[in-house]
Amino acid sequence: MRRRAVREAALAYAMVLPAFAAFVVFVFYPLAKTVDLGMYRVPPFPGLPSKFVGLSQYASVLSHSQFLAPLWNSTLFVLFTVPTGIVIGLAMAVVAHRELVGIRVFRTIFSSTIATSVAVASVIFFTLLDPTTGLFAYWIGQRGGTGILGNPTWALPAVAVVSIWQNLGFSFILMSAALASVPDDLMEAAAVDGASGSRRFFRVTVPLISPTLFFAAIIGVISGFQTFGQIDLLTAGGPNGHTNVLLYQIYTVFYENADTGTASVMAVALFVILVVLTLVQFAFVHRKVFYAGEG
Amino acid sequence: MPARVRTALRYTVLVAIALVVLFPIYITVVNALLPAETIARRPPTLFPLHPDWHSFSLAWSEGNLGDYLRSSVVVTFSITLAEVTTSVLAAYAFTFLDFPFKRVLFALCLATLMVPAEVTIIPNYRTIQVFGWFDTYPALIVPFLASGLGAFPSRQSFRQLPRELRDASVLDGYGHWRFLARVVVPLNRAMIGAFAVFSFLASWNQYLWPLLVTNTAARRTVQVGLRQLEGLNADQQNVIFAGTVLAALPIFLTLFIFQRQLVRGLTAGAVKG
Repeated sequence: MRRRAVREAALAYAMVLPAFAAFVVFVFYPLAKTVDLGMYRVPPFPGLPSKFVGLSQYASVLSHSQFLAPLWNSTLFVLFTVPTGIVIGLAMAVVAHRELVGIRVFRTIFSSTIATSVAVASVIFFTLLDPTTGLFAYWIGQRGGTGILGNPTWALPAVAVVSIWQNLGFSFILMSAALASVPDDLMEAAAVDGASGSRRFFRVTVPLISPTLFFAAIIGVISGFQTFGQIDLLTAGGPNGHTNVLLYQIYTVFYENADTGTASVMAVALFVILVVLTLVQFAFVHRKVFYAGEG
Repeated sequence: MPARVRTALRYTVLVAIALVVLFPIYITVVNALLPAETIARRPPTLFPLHPDWHSFSLAWSEGNLGDYLRSSVVVTFSITLAEVTTSVLAAYAFTFLDFPFKRVLFALCLATLMVPAEVTIIPNYRTIQVFGWFDTYPALIVPFLASGLGAFPSRQSFRQLPRELRDASVLDGYGHWRFLARVVVPLNRAMIGAFAVFSFLASWNQYLWPLLVTNTAARRTVQVGLRQLEGLNADQQNVIFAGTVLAALPIFLTLFIFQRQLVRGLTAGAVKG
């Protein structure tokens, strides 16, 4: 009997080993190492050794505008993209919810941006917003000069619009699935009670799909704070740092300035932000499982 | 409002939204088929009467799209296969086997979900240098051999199999490997398929990591390759547009075939029931 238990354990370890080998080398070790690297100040001239300065580098970097400004830009970006993306996705799902002849074609079109990537969308819009040749630049009257992506006020909103468009397909799919889960008899009962269309929507549908709305919001915020490709391809953080979001700043400080210490401190800060958001999401998933079990 | 007017109104709204959503994609395809000097002409040409396919072969060869796509295919298929395999194996152990530190290890597996790859790029970049993997396939693949995202839902779904199935398979003389291959995987193929499509899409769309660890056309993935393409001159805009079409096409086709799995994968955990 004991030999069987030993053999079972050996088999189990063999089965989890591939996953854990990868986790140890590329997740746990680098996470700890990032925290550690944040305690070493990298000298401005290459070749000199890094100096251990402990937590003081965390204090100095996190209170400095080179961190706070990108953090603010990331926050603005999230505020621009997340609520708008959810509302538009939901509106599209409502319009496409009713069965009509040919509705499947419209649903496929509405989901179609899921097949683009951040890079594909960014390169398309970059070219269409080109101040001398771009069609969109022509339509919005941004011809000549720096164009909208070089405009300090409008560059970040423009990047946000590209992201919202790229995300529409995902938002639409998510919201459609949520609407499909609302029981028809509930809507009929509300209709029989004399509730008007908009009243039914806000009093019955929205509360019922609120878990999905919340999920979409959290996912949106999490991915918003990890925004990188759009910035790299559309504005490179410019003009004058107005679209320099947190992850882009980490990339610049690490890859271009080779300041590993400062970049690591910022990476740890990004990690803490994302952990808090993920924990909120986990708490929500647990609640959802509980409700589903009850029903 | 009479029903017929309402229906007409509904279609009007549907068509209007479809136009807005689709226009950037449409104009990309149109511009890819126009001669470069026509693209900047106003009013714009919205339909290519004499499509010029030359831009696609230029994007493929001189734009290196052929190389980029090959890298992306190699990397994406490797990661998807590896993630599905490691996730299924780990989930099987966590569901059907008993071993010391099982709960701790499972908690660690879940904990990886809180560490997005973006956070650990700095030490991982150094690790790749130390291994001598810069600008190689292993640099693009090995860091993503496993995903906590797979092990967790796999275990949730494996646990729903009735316990009697395992007991019956033991009576039939099935060992664990045979039970896994003949019973667990086939019965969970919907969930595994959904995860595979999700994993495929996520690795195909990776941008920051491939940007960091590659520097030649032979290894750059297509997403990073687009960055090179974006730098082309205005007189080659048709090539830029053709390149984005080539970059997006494999995913359009994949998603068209695997629509159901995709919707399942994307909405898992988001919608009740």
